[in-house]
Amino acid sequence: MSNAIEHPTYNYKVVKYFAIMTVVWGIVGMAVGVLIASQLYWPELNFDTPYLTFSRLRPLHTNAVIFAFGGCALFASSYYVVQRTCQARLISDSLAMFTFWGWQAVIVAAAITLPLGLTSSKEYAELEWPIDIAITIVWICYAIVFFGTIAKRSQKHIYVANWFFGAFILTIAILHIFNSMAIPVTAFKSYSVYAGTVDAMVQWWYGHNAVGFFLTAGFLGIMYYFVPKQAERPVYSYRLSIVHFWSLISIYVWAGAHHLHYSALPDWAQSAGMVMSLILLAPSWGGMINGMMTLSGAWHKLRTDPILRFLVVSLSFYGMSTFEGPMMSIKTVNALSHNTDWTVGHVHSGALGWVAMVSIGAIYNLLPVTLGKKQGDMYSTNLINIHFWLATIGTVLYIVAMWVNGITQGMMWRAVNEDGTLAYSFVESLEASYNGYLVRAIGGAVFLSGMLVMAYNVFMTVRSAKAEEQAAALAKA
Amino acid sequence: MDINDVRGLGTIFALIAFLGIIAWAYSASRKRRFEDDGNLIFEDDDIAHRSAQAEKKEDE
Repeated sequence: MSNAIEHPTYNYKVVKYFAIMTVVWGIVGMAVGVLIASQLYWPELNFDTPYLTFSRLRPLHTNAVIFAFGGCALFASSYYVVQRTCQARLISDSLAMFTFWGWQAVIVAAAITLPLGLTSSKEYAELEWPIDIAITIVWICYAIVFFGTIAKRSQKHIYVANWFFGAFILTIAILHIFNSMAIPVTAFKSYSVYAGTVDAMVQWWYGHNAVGFFLTAGFLGIMYYFVPKQAERPVYSYRLSIVHFWSLISIYVWAGAHHLHYSALPDWAQSAGMVMSLILLAPSWGGMINGMMTLSGAWHKLRTDPILRFLVVSLSFYGMSTFEGPMMSIKTVNALSHNTDWTVGHVHSGALGWVAMVSIGAIYNLLPVTLGKKQGDMYSTNLINIHFWLATIGTVLYIVAMWVNGITQGMMWRAVNEDGTLAYSFVESLEASYNGYLVRAIGGAVFLSGMLVMAYNVFMTVRSAKAEEQAAALAKA
Repeated sequence: MDINDVRGLGTIFALIAFLGIIAWAYSASRKRRFEDDGNLIFEDDDIAHRSAQAEKKEDE
């Protein structure tokens, strides 16, 4: 025991489990996404069964990619980073392993209930109340493991990545608990305690901060550790990272109202949401520039290192979508973009370009370490490079198709004849979107194929690590 | 003093807090410290090495 205190080791097992499940759930979630994207082009693909309709599979897709794929990536990277920057082992191996199995159980429960049509109908919070309670329990354990490990750190300073992870864990707990407050009627049916416009505002306070804290703060934590680590140089400005952290977390929480422009929400609240969204550009770009400039003087590494390419291109997409987001929150722009495919394109430039790419880069960096190898030492660097190009091409196809569709739809919906009647019916705008839906499905499929390449590479890396160990054991014997 | 004064004070407080954070982060006396903090991620080689060995042993 004294040996463990004097010579601590890291708990890589739980990190490895979460890293592998990141790939598995990424493939599942994105495959469902490709299926429903294809349904918009070939409606027959729902096979006339209620379990495979768009309306039931769409929440399955969003939950799988955000909470299963993104969630596992965050668990893996936060457990990894908190140990390595605190130079301390996780406070409890068994509690950490409980969060792994608990989180997988929640995902499986979601995969069963959503196709059955069991839903609270709150976007990104569709799961019914028993699952919500399970999420809360797992999340509290996650917080205990994470903050407990910070408490026992052997380094005085708490590295900036941990601040972002900590803000993400804390805020998601608050958001989840308050937005999921509901009165159960049966085991699988509940009604929100909020009503009408207040319900909508609470929902989008939750919904936008799921973007801001789950899909942004958490992944910025990944960025602040893995970009410098992979580039083998410290972050461009540590001081900027401090200003970045405090300004980002204090502004993000106010921006949710931009989801409710031109609704029954009071005008002042809409305008406040718009202004806060515009201000958000500053910390977002501050962080993006901080990550990018970490490579200044080392740009040549991008030529040979596809993992670094994943990380840096993810920052470019982050910069692009955090410019697009504030722009779309301007009420006059929103009047064109609202309810069109532009929104879907914006989300995916963030989700595929930023969240998925930074996660993929981080997994490629840390997975070999958890197998006892050097960072980034995957089975094949060539396959990482192929994955990079598939991911980039897939993302670009997807978002360009949605831009074209979105602006077309917005223009057609607002066009009026001289006598004031609408120039186009809704179905005409749908017909105009048809080609874009095909391009989007192709883009998604290309991105998914990259994930399959990753899965093969991960499988071979694990296998070769095992083979090397066996060879070493034999040599010793 | 009505509610709008409180709102105004809130804005001023936020501005002061923001400027305070910038002044704190960018003060010359902390320059060295933050440079060291940025290098923290490269300083755990011995534990990382030991963990890698332990990981290999565990699977044998």
